[in-house]
Order: sequence, then C-alpha cells, then structure tokens
Amino acid sequence: MTNHWIDLQHSDVVLIQGSNAAENHPISFKWVMKALQKGGKLIHVDPRFTRTSSKAHVYAPIRSGTDIAFIGGMIKYIIENKKYFEDYVLNYTNAGFIVGEKYSFKDGLFSGYDPKTRRYDKSTWVLEKDEKGIPKQDKTLKHPRCVLNVMYEHYKRYDLDTVSSITGTPKDKLLEVYELYSSTGVKDKAGTVMYALGQTQSTIGVQKIRSLCILQLLLGNIGICGGGVNALRGEPNVQGSTDHAILYHYLPGYLPVPRSNRQTVEQYMDAATPKTSDPRSANWWGNTPKYVVSLLKSWFGDAAKPENGFGYSWLPKCDVHQNCDVLHMIDDMYKGKIKGYFCIGQNPCGSLPNSNKVRAAMTKLEWMVHVNIFDNESASFWKGPGLDPKKVKTECFLLPATANIEKDGSQATSGRWMQWLHKAIPNPGDCLSTGAIVTMLMHKLQAMYKKDGGAMPDGILNMRMDYLTADGKEFDALKVAKRINGEFERDTTIGDKSYKKGQQVPGFGLLQVDGSTSSGNWLCCGSFTADGQNLMDRRGKEDPTGLGLYPNWSFAWPVNRRIVYNRASVDQNGNPYNPARPLLQWKDGKWVGDVADGPWPPMGQEGGKLPYIMKPDGVASFFGPGPGDGPFPEHYEPLEGPLKQNLLSKQHNSPIITIFKSDMDKIATADPKYPLVLTTYSATEHWCSGGITRWQSWLNEAMPQVYIEISEELAQERGYKNGEWVTIKSARGQLDAVAMVTPRIRPFTIDGKTVHLVGMTFNYGWLYPKNAGDTCNILTTFVGDGNAGTPEYKACMVNIAKKA
Amino acid sequence: MKRRTFLKMSCCLGAGLALSGLGLDLGAVKAYAADMKKADALKTAAQSTTICCYCSVGCGLICSVDKASGKIFNIEGDPEHPINEGALCAKGAGLYQVSVANEHRLTKVQYRKPGSDKWEQVSWDFALNRIAELIKKERDKSFITKNEKGEVVNRVQTLSLMGSSNVLSEECWATTQFARGLGYTYIDHQARV
Repeated sequence: MTNHWIDLQHSDVVLIQGSNAAENHPISFKWVMKALQKGGKLIHVDPRFTRTSSKAHVYAPIRSGTDIAFIGGMIKYIIENKKYFEDYVLNYTNAGFIVGEKYSFKDGLFSGYDPKTRRYDKSTWVLEKDEKGIPKQDKTLKHPRCVLNVMYEHYKRYDLDTVSSITGTPKDKLLEVYELYSSTGVKDKAGTVMYALGQTQSTIGVQKIRSLCILQLLLGNIGICGGGVNALRGEPNVQGSTDHAILYHYLPGYLPVPRSNRQTVEQYMDAATPKTSDPRSANWWGNTPKYVVSLLKSWFGDAAKPENGFGYSWLPKCDVHQNCDVLHMIDDMYKGKIKGYFCIGQNPCGSLPNSNKVRAAMTKLEWMVHVNIFDNESASFWKGPGLDPKKVKTECFLLPATANIEKDGSQATSGRWMQWLHKAIPNPGDCLSTGAIVTMLMHKLQAMYKKDGGAMPDGILNMRMDYLTADGKEFDALKVAKRINGEFERDTTIGDKSYKKGQQVPGFGLLQVDGSTSSGNWLCCGSFTADGQNLMDRRGKEDPTGLGLYPNWSFAWPVNRRIVYNRASVDQNGNPYNPARPLLQWKDGKWVGDVADGPWPPMGQEGGKLPYIMKPDGVASFFGPGPGDGPFPEHYEPLEGPLKQNLLSKQHNSPIITIFKSDMDKIATADPKYPLVLTTYSATEHWCSGGITRWQSWLNEAMPQVYIEISEELAQERGYKNGEWVTIKSARGQLDAVAMVTPRIRPFTIDGKTVHLVGMTFNYGWLYPKNAGDTCNILTTFVGDGNAGTPEYKACMVNIAKKA
Repeated sequence: MKRRTFLKMSCCLGAGLALSGLGLDLGAVKAYAADMKKADALKTAAQSTTICCYCSVGCGLICSVDKASGKIFNIEGDPEHPINEGALCAKGAGLYQVSVANEHRLTKVQYRKPGSDKWEQVSWDFALNRIAELIKKERDKSFITKNEKGEVVNRVQTLSLMGSSNVLSEECWATTQFARGLGYTYIDHQARV
C-alpha cells in the first residue's frame, strides 16, 4: 500500500476493484465504512455481488480478467473530458514528456516484439532527451508525441461499446463509475483504489495494476491522504516476506538478483544503479551501491572485504533470462529435474493452479521437507487421492513449527507497519520456529563442509548465521532484527558523530559503500535506534496531525513514513493541495506533518526536488518502459476464455507469457465442451487453501464444505437445484461440489452473446475434514503473468453436470 | 504495555470470555482447559500482545496465559490497537484454535520412509542430520560453477525452496540467507501466487 489501513477513512470515493474487502479483509472495511459515514462514496467492480457490493453506491459487474478494458475506458473518459488534475499531471508526471519517434503500437503489439523469444526489445520505448540528457517536456501538452497525447491515442479504441462488449458491464454502469470516480480529479478530493488478488491473479496482472496507477496519477490521487494505490495483501507477513526477498528475482530491499552477465560486484552495482542528469531529481536508487555492500556485509561479516567484492561471487547467479518462479519450479519438478524440495508454511498441492500437475510433480522428488503447524495436502501428498504410497519413493519430513502466538519477532502489514509480536507461551511439544530450523540446518551444513569440503564451500562457510539464543535451543529474533536494521562493523565517524562497532545504524542515510556498515535490508534501517531501542515495539497513540498516522505506533518503512510519495500532496510552494487534510506542509524552512519524502525544499524553491524520488526522472510515469509487455497497459484475454478473438486486437493473449507444454497443461479456449467462466475466491471463515482453518471446529461449523456459486438463470437453464451435488470439469481435471444457486452471480452479455460465470472458493482439500471436498485448483490453468508470474486463478473455462 | 492499559484490557477480557461461553462446543479445547477456572485465572493471567496470523491488516490481539498451569486460555482483540480497535473477523476471533488447545497441532517431528504408508515419530537430531546430509549430497553432485558461456554462476538448480509469508520477518530474512548461501535459485513463496 502507498497509504495504510486507517487512512482509508479519508477517501471521498473508494474504488474497490478486484477485492472483496468486506469479507476478505473485514477490518479494512471498518475504515471504508468510516469514509462512508463521513459522506464518502463506494464503487465496487466485481464479477460477483458480495458483501462489499452490498454497501456500495455503485456496483458494476465485470467479466473476470477484463479490468484493463474497464480502466482503459476510464482513462479515455478522463482525458477526453479533461477530468484530470492538471497541476499534478503537469508537474509530477511525465505527461508532457516526448515519446521517441520510433515507438509504435499496431495490431495489439508494441514496437520491438520478437515472436521467437516472446520478448520485447525495449529500445524504442524511450523518451526524447535534450543535450544535457534531461527528458524534453512540452507543458502545453500540444506536442502530438507528448505522453498524454500518445496515451490518449492508445486508449481511444477503448470506447464504451467495445469496453462493454468485452467486460459485460452495462454501458450505463460504466459511465456511472467513470463519472463518480473521476470527480476526485480536483485538489480537495481524494479517491482511493483498493485491490487484491482479483487484479493480480491474471496473465496481465501487473499491467492491470499499472492501469490503476495511471488512473490515480491522472486524478492526482497518489501521495495524498485518502488516496493511493492500495494492495490488500493476503498473508500475515507477505509484506515482510516480500521485503526480505523469499523470491528468486531480487535480494532483500528490492535489489535486483545477480545475473550471469554481472560477474563482479562493480558490474552488478553499475547496472543496478539508475542515473539522472536532472538536478531536480533525487534519484534515490542512486544509493544502491551502499545498500548492496551493506547487505553483503550483513550476510558475510568480516569475510566480506573490498578485495573479494564483499563476497558477491559466492552468491548464486541466474542466467540473463532465466525464470525460477513457482510455476517454472513446479514444471521442472514435474519433469524430474528437481530432486530436493523445502516447503515452509505453505500448501502448494492445494494452492497452486492445476493441482493434479502439482501433485504429480511432488511424486518425482527424491525428498521433501515440510515445515508447518498443521498437516496439509502437500506434506501428506504421498497418500493423496489416486496415489499408492508404496509407489511414491519420496523421503518426507514433517517438522512441527511454532505459531505466531509462540514467537517473538515482527510482521509487516500491507501498510508497511512493522509490528512486534510477543511470545505468549513456551514452544509446544517439540515445536521449533522456522528461524531456528534454517539456522540449525545451516550450522550442520557448515560443520559438514568444514570437515569434508564439497562444492564451492565459501558461500556456506562464510554465511554469518549466529542467530540462536544463548542456550542454542531457539532463534533470537531480536538479534536478527538488529542485523536487518544494520550495525556499524567497525568504529566509524560520520561528520561530527562517532559510532562504535556493533552499534545500530540509525538510518539508511548513514549506510556506507566501504564496508563500515552492514544492513540486512536498507528499507528497515532506522527500526532500531543507535542505543538499541526497538521502534517496532512501540505502542504510542499520539496523533499530532489528527489524520490517524500514529507515528509512535510500531515503525513504518521507510524511515517511519506513513504515506509514501507524500511530497506529491503539496503544490510547488509546499502548501497542501487540500488544506482540510494537510499531510505535509513546508513551514519556516522545514516539513511539518508526515515524515517527508526527503528533506529538500518544495519544487518552487532553490534546491527543490521532484516528488517521485524513486524514479530517475523524479516524476511518475504514464509511459513506463518497466514491464515486459508494454509501456502502456493493453487488454489481452485470459489464456483460457470464452472468446475466440480479442475484441480489441489480433493479439489474443499476452504476447510474453510462458506457455507450459507438458501433457498435463491442456487448454480449452472458446471450446463448447467448457462454456462456463470459472472465477475463484475465498470465504471469510477460511484462509487460502484452508491449511490452517480447516483444522478448526469453530470455522468449519460456519463453512463446512466445498460449493460452487451458480446464477439462478444458469440453474434454471440446466435444471440444477440449490444444495444438490454437481461435478465440475475443466480440460485439466474434475471435482464435486454442492451447488449454491444465487442471485449474487448474473449472466454476462459478451460480444452480443450470453456468457455464464460460476465461482468457487479455494479453501478446501481432501485431507481434512473428511468428505468436505477437494480444491477448486484442480480446474485452474497453469499459467502466470508475463511479468510477475502470478497464476491466472481468476479465470478459466469449465462445465458442470449433475453428479452421476 | 503500561499497567493502566493492562487494567483497562482486563475489563474487556471479561466481556470476551462471556462471549466464548455462548453454547459453543469446545470439545478438545475444553479438555485442555479443564484444570483452570477462567474467572480466577484472569485475575492473575500473564498478558502479552501479538498480531493476527491471517490477512495483512495486522490486527492486534491479547493472549492470556494462566500463571499456575502455564497454559494459554484466551485470545481476543486488542482494544488499544489503532487499526482494529479490538475488533476481529471470524478467523481472528477464533485464533485460540491455532494454539495447542487444538488437538490437531503438530508437536512431534515426523518422518516418512520412501514407499511407506505412514508417518513415524523421529528426533530433531535424526531429522536435521538427515536433511543436511541430503542437501549436501545433492548440492555437491549438481552444483554448477560455470554456465554454458563460461560465466561463474555458483548455483544449484536441483534443489528448491518455497515459503513463507506466514512466518515472521526475521525468519524470512534468515530463510532467504540460508537459501542463497547454499546457491539456490529456485526460491519462491506465497507472495507471487
């Protein structure tokens, strides 16, 4: 989230699209309700009428997977009717920058596409620069190739008829949403976007979020109180686990993963550090080398020296285009290429798409280690449906873990608050924390490599993992938290201040490139004070701004900033655009309010900096060459959908997605055998694959078994009765579920034809409770977003029959 | 937490306990707590704060532990927490059933031999030694020092790791350090899915 949960109350218009906040993030909805009590309006765009819709002023139904068409239509509407917030758009975005002459878009493809590699050469996705290397700008917005005009040209095709025909949203509803939401494009109104897996779980998920960013930037809604692009993340510490990079493609603190073409730390840092010629750009990522060296120091300690590149060569390097995300991992497992698998607190056999393929992949493993607080369908895959345990040769371990209430440590909310948890009781039975398990294993491996040697032992032997408590029995979270914050690795003097070896670094501004500091994640630097005070454990309720920022409650990364890009909430002179909600103000030579995005004066003054400090140009990008599938979001159909042809272009699916081709990856697009769109979601009473909640009697009593939601129209057409068992089939598998006939789902009119949509929760599994049914992921497609690899759980094609 | 806050919360806890007695069949939970009288236990309970283990709203909760038996007997919303202000969803309100009061919680190290049809109880020593041995064997066998272009890559592609966003940040950081120290490239978890 750019903002935070409590801030939702300040919105004038809340757009929830791709989330059922009332049921899946119920406490977030408390703050939406507060906004409504103050006169705010709520828009809900969703395939299904949910409890979120029931509180909305406007509910707009949408066919699953078509959000870019929906938002693209709104972008067109805003530019055409000049509903954008002009001062913001001109000064804080690249709207007036000039797109290079060689850029083009034709037949659904941007310039530079290579069908053989399924990748774009991005060299034409550039902005024109002047002789100093600063982007040229036309603030009159008259230049035909200025970003705003090129963007309008791109979305001109997204007219109401076309959008309605793709999304199935009636035209009057589209217009109602467009009008209401664009009313926030003025300086004293705030609109917020709340989204969740409904946007991300798609082959075009990243670009869906980009389209929401573009929308928010046009309306001047980012960096302000009551605004933002707010991801309702689904796991308790998914923010923390993302910050700390349990993901192959980057290192902690969002530093890119080392690739094979960067052989030395200098080459790596040079490529990873963006440059700017514009003195008005803070270009914060220009500090990357300090963060890289501090990370390597935190991992390798004294062994990381300038002469060995701080141990950079010991880190694994991916090849340049190598993809190691979860789908590629499972696909390689299915091919028998992966021998050993470590699975912590997760249930991939229920939660990953095309469960039959995932389950088959597990049987190819030589060994598997599973760490969890309850058994699940993955730990016990070897006794799953259709498997003879005698034939499964995988050696399996099931290690009992401690739960949250049994641990000290921190967890980051979606709003970036790092909150400290306190251990309530001793470890139950033989349970150990995951931190203790990985630390103890590393110690064992270090001893073995020290004694016997082995392949490239340096990375292992030099890993500083001195994280056990004094008795050696558990993980010392406090010690690790200090290491993550960062420490002086030797006595150091910076300016007129001296710090002792072992003292915490007070903030990332003091991290050094010479190896005198360590920091396991620069973003968390400052969560500990130099004298060892744990700011994550704060419970102060002071609210000096009156806006609910609670600066003395826990610690928000970065530097306790509660709303990021907050310098975009003020005008050129540092006065808040909306004086009624002054997030920040330049007063008597300093910033007052939230922790400002940097100390520099406002734009209009000598030495002023542009507000988008993480972008090399200092402004937010409408035209952005970051994603691999285009500088503007473009609508493509889900890999498996009801249409034979994309109604917007000849390019049917995203041109850059990996198409997996194993014998278990069957796809049936526009196939009369599978005429129904399936979308998937969660109930309030269960969580994800149900791996924790299905073991709880109170929750099972409320939501006991698998069901499929079917419209009254489809039930009548097919003769299904509410409560009877049906069998659902896709090209990949089948399962049984109870039919829930409901007016919450209605048929769509897509390209002039009736298309039925059905919906299932992904909360069940064969292991427990008995006869509660299996996972709906037996049906879903094994394909991911072209940029992020997030599987397309939200749209595939199925058919239903009465259970034989 | 200040003493004043503790006292304020004790009043709220009373109300919470009354709610948890509303005719729900506690089953195993009851058996676990059979040796405690809740009203008495509350007066002397050790209380500590925690954060919910489900979505990422980050709601605060208070755990109450009986000083005599050392058992946890109540978990409920933290009224002082600025985000949830004491409120919880159905899952958070049921967090007590994540504790060892739930008979299904795993508390023993288990091992399944290749081709076996059951889990067997083993010691931590056995499990950790065996896992370390398996990791080393596969790593030494399949480690790639240079790729086809002759570039140094120092990686192993036959081992993989998944998870987790359901553990604390310090554990996440140690996990990524563990995997990268060994040369893993197949590293992923729930954040992507």
